[in-house]
Amino acid sequence: MSGLRDVFIVDGARTPLLKSKNKPGPFSASDLAVAAGRAVLSRQPINPAELGEVIVGCVMPAVDEANIGRVVSLRLGCGKKVPAYTVGRNCASGLQALDCAMKDISMGRHDLVLAGGTEAMSRYPLLVTPQMQSWITDWMVAKTFGQKLSLLPAFRPKYLRPIIGVLEGLTDHVSGISMGQTAEVLAHRFNISRVEMDAFSIESHRRLEFAAENGRLEELIPIFGADGTVYDVDDGLRRDSTAEKLAKLKPVFDRKLGKVTAGNSAQITDGSAMLLLASESAVKSRGLPVLGRMVDVKWAGVEPTEMGLGPVPAIAELLKGNNMKGADYWEINEAFACQVMACLKAYADPEYLLKEVGIDSSLDPIDTARLNVDGGAVSMGHPVGTSGARITLHLLNVLRRNNARFGVASMCIGGGQGGAVLLERVS
Amino acid sequence: MVPTKKYKNMFVERDEKNVSWLYLDKEGSSANVLSKEVLEELDLCLEFVENTEPAGLVILSAKKSGFVAGADVNEFVAIKDEVSALSLIRRGQAVFNRLEKLPFPTVAAVHGFCLGGGLELALACSHRVARDDEATQLGLPEVRLGIHPGFGGCVRCVRLLGGLVALDLILTGRSLKAGAAMKIGLVDMTAPERHLKDAALALLTDPPRPRKKGVMELVVDSALARPFVGGLIRKKTASKANPAHYPAPFAVVDLWQKYCGRWDRMMHEEAKSVARLITGRTAKNLVRAFQLQERMRSQGKKSAQKISNLHVVGAGAMGGDIAAWSALRGIFTTIQDREPKFVSPAIKRGHDLFSKRLREKRLVQAAMDRLIPDVKGDGAGKADLVIEAVFEDIEVKRTLFRDLEGRIKPGATLATNTSSIPLEEIAEALSRPENLVGIHFFNPVPLMQLVEVVKGAATSREAMEKGFAYAAQIGKLPLAVKSNPGFLVNRILVPYLLEGILMESEGVPKTVVDKAATNFGMPMGPLFLADTVGLDICVHVGRIFSERLGMSVPERLESLVNAGNLGKKSGRGFYEYRDGKRVSPASEPKSPLDMTTVRDRLVMRFLNECAACLREGITEDADMLDAGMIFGAGFAPFYGGPLKYASDEGVSGIVETLGELEKKYGARFKPDAGWKLVSGPRG
Repeated sequence: MSGLRDVFIVDGARTPLLKSKNKPGPFSASDLAVAAGRAVLSRQPINPAELGEVIVGCVMPAVDEANIGRVVSLRLGCGKKVPAYTVGRNCASGLQALDCAMKDISMGRHDLVLAGGTEAMSRYPLLVTPQMQSWITDWMVAKTFGQKLSLLPAFRPKYLRPIIGVLEGLTDHVSGISMGQTAEVLAHRFNISRVEMDAFSIESHRRLEFAAENGRLEELIPIFGADGTVYDVDDGLRRDSTAEKLAKLKPVFDRKLGKVTAGNSAQITDGSAMLLLASESAVKSRGLPVLGRMVDVKWAGVEPTEMGLGPVPAIAELLKGNNMKGADYWEINEAFACQVMACLKAYADPEYLLKEVGIDSSLDPIDTARLNVDGGAVSMGHPVGTSGARITLHLLNVLRRNNARFGVASMCIGGGQGGAVLLERVS
Repeated sequence: MVPTKKYKNMFVERDEKNVSWLYLDKEGSSANVLSKEVLEELDLCLEFVENTEPAGLVILSAKKSGFVAGADVNEFVAIKDEVSALSLIRRGQAVFNRLEKLPFPTVAAVHGFCLGGGLELALACSHRVARDDEATQLGLPEVRLGIHPGFGGCVRCVRLLGGLVALDLILTGRSLKAGAAMKIGLVDMTAPERHLKDAALALLTDPPRPRKKGVMELVVDSALARPFVGGLIRKKTASKANPAHYPAPFAVVDLWQKYCGRWDRMMHEEAKSVARLITGRTAKNLVRAFQLQERMRSQGKKSAQKISNLHVVGAGAMGGDIAAWSALRGIFTTIQDREPKFVSPAIKRGHDLFSKRLREKRLVQAAMDRLIPDVKGDGAGKADLVIEAVFEDIEVKRTLFRDLEGRIKPGATLATNTSSIPLEEIAEALSRPENLVGIHFFNPVPLMQLVEVVKGAATSREAMEKGFAYAAQIGKLPLAVKSNPGFLVNRILVPYLLEGILMESEGVPKTVVDKAATNFGMPMGPLFLADTVGLDICVHVGRIFSERLGMSVPERLESLVNAGNLGKKSGRGFYEYRDGKRVSPASEPKSPLDMTTVRDRLVMRFLNECAACLREGITEDADMLDAGMIFGAGFAPFYGGPLKYASDEGVSGIVETLGELEKKYGARFKPDAGWKLVSGPRG
């Protein structure tokens, strides 16, 4: 990294993560990012117009949110002169936004960048079939009553079957299987039982409950609906979760013989996390606070059908590249309970590392007591574009709380990738 | 294009298509107004254009601010008698008639303000196009100044739009955006700025066919239906404006009812009617109120300071509405209260306000984006101005300001919205007391135009200017007041309120008390006002006042509050309320006092307190005192303010009445020494 500038994370905020009720939720993706972004901007001594760039990660903005990054920056009052863009790396879009910000700052292009992720999964659209689309187009073009009448016999009831956007989005159309099925693949390969994954889920909920009740979600800001409704908690949290209750749930993706259920998978949610990143000179000249230094980011690829293992090579290569053996605290995004468990098994397996990652040096094991200490996506949800920014921000708060130095946040990415970021707390 | 003819206040250009373009451009002014001089020049100019035999004429404005903002208000104050008024109006009509009768098509291409005489000018053209943007406003607001359109505006408007639509426009005095004007047929086209001139040309070369009148319109305007419809309109108008106080709207209905269709006669009568109105007391005083308003507005505009970020502490009805109003007016506003649930109602009220005022979804969203909930109060460190609107408790306020002082950025100003605690007492907590100013809003914030900017003993000039600049920026009228208990408006309202309550407890029926006040011209009687404000607040403020001003809180008020009757908000106070609406009370006993005595007791206490405020120098001068009471308390604007009313009625008579009341009811009616300072009849 020689010759490049240090990059600091100054501040960040996130909205509560709001579980999808299978209907459009109260906030659009840009509403959420604006809520998070303005909380950061209103407490830092910078003028929004001084930002070098606004970068937003989002997998599926609404059709009226093209280049949602620009939508967000204009709504935040950054003004016409601040450029903005949107990035996508599927489930790691938020982390990608931070990586882009880091590159912009370390290269010396900018001194201040607002970056993060947002997603309103509850607002993913229902789509019509292509046949329906062409039939409607013909209908609209038809001028006379006779022409319209002649179109009627061409209509088939099956045209009416909607395409559910969220299901399409969570399917890898190259390998042809859904994200949930990739989790089933891992559960099988690493021999993870239904009981184990349910236990993981219960622990995730327990940790989130403890964190929420003890003020550990410092980055969480309340947001308000137009009708005054207050949203100030991650409402996916199940305080009454028990092994018995979870055991009753039916597998979702492999309906007959599978183990992955709604109870041990990440929830479909809406939410946003936005962070302010700055160069050293900006920090010094403006007297900005510093949450930590963004040291390095690593991206890696794995078999698409085993996309959940992405964090393993990403973390291993990240640490090796920085001559490190481990970190003080960890976040691995909980796309699925069994997926995180599979990552831990693979990471601890020298043979896997050597054969699949090509790394033979021994890395320190990941202590589960220092992993996802305040719960994760299984308990609070995984708004896909947001989670990368959320776990980065939260990990910085965990490091500060524990007076620790290094942290690694990582996540798997649909399509068969992994991403990891190395963070250092600086005082 | 080269200017072919240049006048002092306008110029004409001729283009290659043989079209003349007449640009109105009043010398030494940022806006066009139709002064006598401009009208005379327009006449000359039209004569010149006519002689050059163009293919058509487009009239437009060279000013950024708009087309024409109206007649010259200062000129019409100077008109002394009906005869000279009539000749001036006839002259204006003649110029517009010349325009209407030109032998080639004419188009008015308007943008920005196109009001009063400006719209009348546009109506005299064959066609109109309006620039389609936020700034464009078309309307005939004359009734707000106690008159009605006189340069043929009533005639042309009725002829063009039909009686119902035209009367609605004239009687309400409201202004329309381009789209709305197009919808009712006031303009023939709307166009964005880049197409405005093309649209004007298109109207010249390819004029649209005249609008077809609907059956309803034909019926309403028929001689048979007019008396009946006129009666209905009069009745509806009377519910909003007392004909005795506001004759102008009723004069318009008369004109239409009697002369609709007989346009020449109607034009003639229109002039006579305006000449009569313009020299009357109502018009003179409404114009005075308008001028006072302009004076307050200009004070706020002097300062170059601009508020980009505002922080409001306290999200109750007052703080929440201050924040929402500021966000509506473009300021990024953080709104703080202890917990999210206390901020929540402010966000909802904000959204309701934005939806009502802005309508368009994207504008509502932008305003919501500027209204930033801030439970932790982070925004205080970033704000240019911090306004406190928490509960009226001196210790709470001191603690808050002590904390705020350490967190605000250099150059930021602290403000309190207190209505009853002297600034000096709050400022004791500050190491820089000069940085505290009072910015006192009135309820409901969106409707009340006045903001008292309060100067405490230590308040600096900079802090006062910040207050003025802020008030102007959010479109309110700033009034500088001295930091005395109640400042100006509440100080004067409280004795009036208490006198009303006292009379009610003496057995005068509540409706009689309130009726006496509204008959005089107050917007609300004292008892209904007390219910609206909240009786608990009245007691609270009353107590503070009784200490500081030597008055006592009536027992009746205390007993109502103790019984849980807090006024409108609890459903019962002096009156009963159902769904927030007042229930008209059942039959009441006969009043022991006659109407005149009831009125005098209310009005005289009000006026006497005004004299006291004048003596104490609460406002800059008597005019500003009048302005404060008109725009802060709704004191009948057709009287031109309480002190203007007193001098018109005669100060000696008022002092005499006060003396009689003093003998009967006690020292509270003792004529204030301040009456010496009130001059006789003023213009």
